Amino acid sequence: MRRYLTRQLVQLVVVILGISLLAFTILHVLGDPVLLLLPQNAGKEEFERYRHLLGLDQPLYVQYWKFLSRAVLGDFGKSWYADTPAFRLVVERMPPTIYLTFAGLLVALLIALPLGILAALRRHSWVDSLCTAVAVAGQATPLFWLGIMLIIVFAVRLKVLPASGYGTWQHFLLPSFCLGAALAPITMRLVRSGVIEVMNMEFIKTARAKGVAEPMVVVKHAFRNACIPVITVLGLQFGQLLGGAIITETVFAWPGVATLTVESIRNQDFPVVQCAVVMLALVIVVVNLLVDVAVAMIDPRIRAGA
Amino acid sequence: MKAVSAETKVELGELGEARIEAPGQHQATVRRLLRLRWGLGAAAILLLIVLSAVLAPVIAPHDPLAVNIRHRLAPPAWMDGGSAQHLLGTDQVGRDLLSRMIYGGRVSLVVGVAAVILSATIGVLLGLGAGYFGGRTDWLIMTGVNVMLTFPFVLLALAVIAVLGPSLINMIIVLGVAGWPIYARVVRAETMAIREREFVLAGRALGMSHARIVFRQIAPNLVSAIVVIATLQVAQVIILESFLSFLGLGIQPPTPAWGNMLGEGRVYMLNSWWIATFPGLAIFVTTLVINLMGNSLRDWLDPHMKL
Repeated sequence: MRRYLTRQLVQLVVVILGISLLAFTILHVLGDPVLLLLPQNAGKEEFERYRHLLGLDQPLYVQYWKFLSRAVLGDFGKSWYADTPAFRLVVERMPPTIYLTFAGLLVALLIALPLGILAALRRHSWVDSLCTAVAVAGQATPLFWLGIMLIIVFAVRLKVLPASGYGTWQHFLLPSFCLGAALAPITMRLVRSGVIEVMNMEFIKTARAKGVAEPMVVVKHAFRNACIPVITVLGLQFGQLLGGAIITETVFAWPGVATLTVESIRNQDFPVVQCAVVMLALVIVVVNLLVDVAVAMIDPRIRAGA
Repeated sequence: MKAVSAETKVELGELGEARIEAPGQHQATVRRLLRLRWGLGAAAILLLIVLSAVLAPVIAPHDPLAVNIRHRLAPPAWMDGGSAQHLLGTDQVGRDLLSRMIYGGRVSLVVGVAAVILSATIGVLLGLGAGYFGGRTDWLIMTGVNVMLTFPFVLLALAVIAVLGPSLINMIIVLGVAGWPIYARVVRAETMAIREREFVLAGRALGMSHARIVFRQIAPNLVSAIVVIATLQVAQVIILESFLSFLGLGIQPPTPAWGNMLGEGRVYMLNSWWIATFPGLAIFVTTLVINLMGNSLRDWLDPHMKL
């Protein structure tokens, strides 16, 4: 277990370094911060002065090192727009994003688990076909359009739920359903194939032969074992889930990191964009690690094989 | 953060399923044929969409940019107050929604296909390199793949567009460059398997160069896998492109694109639901038929393909 953990941690550091390099590259190599910071009619001397002031006349690797050593301490510089450290702005907006992500995950599981298990147990039945149809349609539905349709139906027509905002549990319903619906199709397919695979295994036959009641066989023996691939993939999908949360946030004006990022992009506030990107990536990487470790603890085969 | 990722895991599950189904061969064949028919139907609809985009100037009933304030926010023809002149109604400045949708397809299809060609090229080259040479090359490329896959695609695209500024070309570049890891991963895995086959060994024994072995012996075996991924990726890229345009970071108004039409329609959804609904429906139908086509393409080319 210790060797496994060490290897995972080394990989984590490498990935984080890669992400920080990516975030740095986007701003410093693709774009020129000074060009974005100064008005277009600024003189050449002005540019040079600013370039020197921001340390942009130094070689790229020196700049990257500076960026990295500050970022490790949570210093991403001050927001160019609001006079606050970028890090604080981002951290303040983190909780709503995380709540939304988990609410979405919960909804996805509530949809996917019963349907997936039912589809697996009644293969080629109408339930199974319905699940396939829903999955295919779900994968083709743009999340942001689904969000708008939900708003039109539930907030504008039926007037039962708020269209946007944050605060009460009612505010959670539409966004988390929207996000959950996006994640449900792939989860459902996983649960289905996981349960089908497990149901054909020897220990299920043994349980049946022992006279264990069928619902017990499904819940205790089959479902538990089918959970492993589901957890693994959900963990790996976490990045996609967070990506979905970003889209959902912009539709429902959810006060999370994503709306902050989009606002900052509109204001050309790059320290904040950079910080948000790195922090979100960090969350994803850490969650991935936790899931990997959890799965390895449940399933000894993975520890040995990895 | 293991190299094994979501898709691979799904496939393992489905492979298990396929094995179990083997006794019912007959049924499986019938189902394959059925799915193929779905694919053909989807391809026909896609052809219609492509044709309407190409022939937009001929078939669009109105100029997509023609403003007519007197007819603004007109509902679709079948609703009260709708007229046959504007079948799907008009938007906030009285432009014909149907015409704008027909033209809007051009953007989505061009961006989708161009970005996919770009990312397939990058991904296939890197995947071949990683799989064929192994060792450090492999480690470096796969670390890149892991970094890119950890990152939500959307976030990356947002950050890059923020720096480069929104335009059609920038969008193609961003979506193209961000999409390569999926090709690299699949191509690498296949290449590693093929590299050990006898015909590659024979080629090496005959003194073929690395380049010749990679491109003449290994690459042709990967074509069907690449075609399937590329098809499915076009749908993903179309959704992402429309999201960026929806946020106002993609195709800029007044040029019609499904995404920016949806974004503009959002403001008016309180009274005029059609402005946001129809462009979204267009995205939905297009990605749906592309996905269906991709799935049956996979069944047709190689039912056991690990995608």
